[in-house]
Formats: sequence, C-alpha cells, structure tokens
Amino acid sequence: MATKYININLKVWRQKDAKSKGQMETYKLNQVSTDSSFLEMLDQLNEQLINERKEPVAFDHDCREGICGMCSLYINGRAHGPDTLITTCQLHMRTFKDGETIYIEPWRSKAFPVIKDLVVDRSAFDRIQQAGGFVSVNTSGNTIDANATPINKHDADRSFEAAACIGCGACVASCKNGSAMLFVGAKVSQYALLPQGKIEAHDRVLAMVRQMDEEGFGNCTNTGACEIECPKGISLENIARMNREYLKASFS
Amino acid sequence: MALTGLFLCLFLVGHLIGNLQILYADPHQFNTYALFMTSNPAIKALSYLTYLSILFHAFDGALLTYRNVKARPVGYVKNNASANSKISSRNMGILGTVILIFIVTHMMSFWAVMHFDNKMPLEKISVKSQMAPAKDYYLTQSPGEYIPVDQVAADKKEAEASRKAFYIKDRTEFIFTGADVKKADGYKDLFKVTVAFFKDPKYGLVYTILYVISMLVLGFHLYHGFASAFQSLGLNHPKYNAAIKAFGIGFSIVVPFLFAVLPVYIHFFLKTI
Ligand code: HEM
Ligand code: SF4
Ligand code: FES
Repeated sequence: MATKYININLKVWRQKDAKSKGQMETYKLNQVSTDSSFLEMLDQLNEQLINERKEPVAFDHDCREGICGMCSLYINGRAHGPDTLITTCQLHMRTFKDGETIYIEPWRSKAFPVIKDLVVDRSAFDRIQQAGGFVSVNTSGNTIDANATPINKHDADRSFEAAACIGCGACVASCKNGSAMLFVGAKVSQYALLPQGKIEAHDRVLAMVRQMDEEGFGNCTNTGACEIECPKGISLENIARMNREYLKASFS
Repeated sequence: MALTGLFLCLFLVGHLIGNLQILYADPHQFNTYALFMTSNPAIKALSYLTYLSILFHAFDGALLTYRNVKARPVGYVKNNASANSKISSRNMGILGTVILIFIVTHMMSFWAVMHFDNKMPLEKISVKSQMAPAKDYYLTQSPGEYIPVDQVAADKKEAEASRKAFYIKDRTEFIFTGADVKKADGYKDLFKVTVAFFKDPKYGLVYTILYVISMLVLGFHLYHGFASAFQSLGLNHPKYNAAIKAFGIGFSIVVPFLFAVLPVYIHFFLKTI
C-alpha cells in the first residue's frame, strides 16, 4: 500500500500541572504519513510545537509495541481510539481521514488524576496490585519449580488470558462508572485459577477490592464497555469470577 | 441490587398472572382473587418482602448511581459511549426512577384504595326474576347470603335515621342495625375500581398511555437488568451466557407487553358491565 499523507485537525487537552485547570487546544498538523502510528503523529506535533517555541504535549508511552501498558489516550471518544484490541501505540493514522478532526483527552477518573496534559497518575493500580496481587513462594532452599505442579489446561489457559492484562487503564477510562473491575477481576482471576494462588485466595480478593474502593473507582454495573475497549480482550468472565471469589471470601 | 432485582422479577411474574385474570372479564372471579391476595398470611409476608425489596433496590440504586457519578468528576469533551455499550445499560438510574414514580402512583391508585379508602365499593349483583323487576344485592363471603342494596346504610347513624336493616362497618362488614351483630363480609370490588380508573371519561386515556409508557421503561430496565443480575452474582459461564441473555431479552419484552395489554384492553375493548 502506498504511503499517503493527510492533513488533520487536533483538539488536545492541555493542562499545565495537576492543580491547574485545563482546556482543549486546537492544532493543525499537515503531511502526516498514514503509515505512522498515533504516537508518531504526536511526536510530529511536538516537533512542530518545539519549532514554534511552544510547550510540547506530554503523553505516556514506553514500549510502543502494545505490551507495556504505558500509552493511554481517549481518542475521538474511545479509549485507545476507534480500533479494538489494540493500544494507542498500535493505532495507525490510516484509520483517520484527510481533514478529520481528532479529539485527544486523558483518561478521566477520580482515581487517575491528571499530572500534565494527557498524562495521568495510574499508581492506584500499583497499590491495588500491592494489596494482594502476589503469591507466597518457599525460598528456604527447596523452592518447587512451578512446572512441577500439574494444572489442567482449561484453568491454565484462563489464567494466562487474565494475565495478559497490561494495566493500561482503558477499562476504567471507558467505563461510565470509572470502575476498575475488569483490571482487578483479571488480577484476581490470574491467581485464583492456579494452585499457587490458592494460599492467599481468601485475603487477596478482599484486600484488592477494598483497595480498589479506597482509591475512588466506581462500581461495576455490567455495561460491558471495558471488555470491548480492553486492548487485551480481557473477558467479563473475570469480573464474574472475582464476584464469586468475593462472595466466597465474605461468607467464610 | 442483583438479589432484590431478581426477586422483583419473580414478583412481576406473580403480579402479572394475577392481573391477567382481568381478561376473564368476570368481576367476582377477580375480586375473589384480590381478597385472597390481601388476606392470606403467606401472601402478606411475601408482600412485605416485596415492599422492602423495592425500597432497598431503589435506595441502593440511588447510592450506586451517586457514587458512580462521583468516580468521574471531570467528564470527556467527546465520548462515543454507544460504540461500546447499550443505551439501556447506561441509564439504569433514570429508568429506575421512572419505574419508582410509576410504582408509587400505581400503588396510590389501587393498593391504597384497596387497603384504606373508605369509599371502596363493594361488589353487587343484579338479580332478575320473571316475577319482579331487577334488584341489586351485595355479594357476601358467606355462601348463599345476599344483602339487598336498598337495605344497607353507609353507617350506623344513617341506618337508624333511615330504618335500614344493615349498615357497613370497617369498610366490608354488614352489621344488623338493631342488634349490632355482624351478618357477613362483602367483597371489595377491585375490578370495578380498576375498570373505572382506565375508563375514566376525562383521564382514562391519559392513564392508559402513561401505563404503557411505564411498561416500556420497565422493559428497557429489564433488558439490561435481567442478565446483569446474573453477572453480578458471579454466574457467568460460556455454556449458559447465551441462554441467560436470550431469556432476559424475552422476559424484558413479554412481561411488560402483557402488563401493558391490560389497560389497553380495559380502555378500548372491555364492555362495561
Ligand atoms: C419491578 C421493578 C424492578 C425490577 C424487576 C428491577 C430489576 C432490576 C435488575 C434485575 C437489576 C440488575 C441488578 C444487577 O445488575 O445486579 C436492576 C438494576 C438497577 N435498578 Fe432495578 N428493578 C426494578 C425497579 C427499580 C426501581 C424502582 C429503581 C429505582 C430507583 C431501580 C433502580 C435500579 C438501578 C439504579 C439499577 C442499577 C444497576 C445498573 O446500572 O446496572 N430499579 N434492577
Ligand atoms: S483489563 Fe484490559 S483495559 Fe483494563 S487495564 Fe487490563 S489490559 Fe487495560
Ligand atoms: S507504549 Fe507500551 S503498550 Fe503502548
């Protein structure tokens, strides 16, 4: 496919720091290659801004290949943009039309405060993970190799699928309630399905859910938006599994 | 939310089966059923559970909605929510509020009249014979007892003044004026109240339309709510999900539709008896 160049209008959320009030700013960007990724397009915008001696737009990114979960962005009203099962770094400019206006906003959630421009503080996820997302391992010199424990294929697969969550926060961003249940559901499920995770199963789900509530995330009402916007295709089944684990732990 | 929601779904089925008896167009059959529903102790216990469920469900729903609004203090300038979720799932609070308003007004129109209104009519029948002109009698709960309407006064004072044989006490009791002894209990004529409500010359059509709209709202609430409740309870399994969803959609269409049929039937098709 031949490379095409398009001209686009950008409406970008600009906010000096956590305390300032932000607003949408409009930029015109010409000669954007349809082969470039969305983040490369933002790099191009920043070069233009630096040349104009303006403050570049701050946005999160790291691996740029869909595995780290650093990139974010609410693009044209959807987390990680219009395509499904991809992160923003995997979104290509060929998805957009010449002359199109593209809205770019940060994740919006009480638990994800904006640090600057499009960068939000997702450390709430870290604290949820720290509250219970771990397993005990014998380190006294006779550690058992994990592969020595047989696990049935079905559970291993479901656990692996849950472990695919990269902690990007698109689920929270797209949920009308700002709920983190898909993320927490994936983290709880990943361990709950494996024998190694059984030891802390009871305390884990209670602690992680408590931390989730303390961070100010909303409550799940099963709209299903998260599952559709999740770049890793994490299933709602994980939320149901967490609900089961939670009920089980609450009554025992 | 899920437990009360599903309990209310069961309630809807029960209530619907009761209401559908209107289609028999037999006042006495319906009033007998209404009497059973207001006097049987097991049904009474069930009805208190229903009141509590509605209150808890509405309160919990309001709290849930409030907390979820607070979880996103700054909204999006551009949000394409319809790309990832159904409109009914995003408006459960509003749909629920409309249903709550409906339930309150609905209970004022029928439940409160049945339980407290002193003007609640008692069921009468007209007996025709070849010898005499038609005469109205009150039906009573004692088999074989009929009380002539022209012999019944509204209260004791009126009975004494007019020398009528009976007066009505505690809304349903026919009392002998002289001896102050109860003769029998009448039947509250809920059928008549219901028909009069939806056939009201001034507002009957408005009531009918509002009722149908409310059932539409209930349908949307259940369209999301039914399957949602299973997910909330952790009941999600690839083997059964499709069946739960399909049943939920069927339920959300059939139940409100059948409820809505009744006022339409009464207003447009039922011949006044
Ligand atoms: C007969 C009446 C009703 C029935 C059968 C019913 C049924 C349900 C069901 C099954 C759910 C799903 C529960 C879950 O996902 O865990 C639900 C949710 C909900 N209901 Fe009701 N409901 C009724 C009346 C009401 C009323 C009166 C309100 C009043 C405010 C209300 C407000 C809500 C709210 C806010 C939710 C929210 C959960 C969500 O967004 O998914 N409902 N209802
Ligand atoms: S569940 Fe999906 S959307 Fe949510 S944090 Fe994990 S990868 Fe991102
Ligand atoms: S930058 Fe790592 S997933 Fe997008």
